[in-house]
Amino acid sequence: MLRISQELVDQIVRHARADHPDEACGVIAGPVGSDLPERFIPMVNAARSPTFYEFDSGDLFRLYRDMNDRDEEPVVIYHSHTATQAFPSRTDISLAQEPGAHYVLVSTRETGADDGPYEFRSFRIVNGEVTEEPIEIADLQNFGS
Amino acid sequence: MAIEVRVPTILREFTGGEKEVTAEGITLQGVIDNLDANYPGIGGRLIDDSGLRRFVNVYLNDEDVRFLDGLNTAVADADAITILPAVAGG
Repeated sequence: MLRISQELVDQIVRHARADHPDEACGVIAGPVGSDLPERFIPMVNAARSPTFYEFDSGDLFRLYRDMNDRDEEPVVIYHSHTATQAFPSRTDISLAQEPGAHYVLVSTRETGADDGPYEFRSFRIVNGEVTEEPIEIADLQNFGS
Repeated sequence: MAIEVRVPTILREFTGGEKEVTAEGITLQGVIDNLDANYPGIGGRLIDDSGLRRFVNVYLNDEDVRFLDGLNTAVADADAITILPAVAGG
């Protein structure tokens, strides 16, 4: 299950719309072992493509260094599909290399950069196997206090 | 010549769960060979027939080795090698 705040969902969708028709991508970091997405980190899609995304290698290095400094890990890795459904493609599955992350897919195929319906789904991808998971919208600010 | 190697989550199965290991070598190729000798199988996850695997990023200190000398990049004592799988998809 992915527990995430509505605000973070909205930030992801806004990013996907802003980058449409290119795929948008990014990470939400959270404390190691917490499974709590907290810090929204939109990334540049170095591929700038409507069908492919990749973090620039220098950006990737700085991202992981920063997360390491803050005792964080990538809780959510998100990207958008701009013409297809919000389901991991074969490429997504073969390139997923963070077994602990929730892989969030957004699709902007219906409304592109505009307001309106979108698809927002979350998956675990481990050893080439995709499992969809339910999403619980929760205000996590007060979680655990 | 001790090189510090930072291992990503997905490769820690080879290092017994360790996220940092030391290796020896004077080039990146040598370091990878040394890693594979101590942690069998890890080399194949970093290198394929064409050289460094396309979706694995390797850094010497804070520079991507693809912008240095690739597998021939010289390494020195106290250098740090960081391995990060690409975050990518379609």
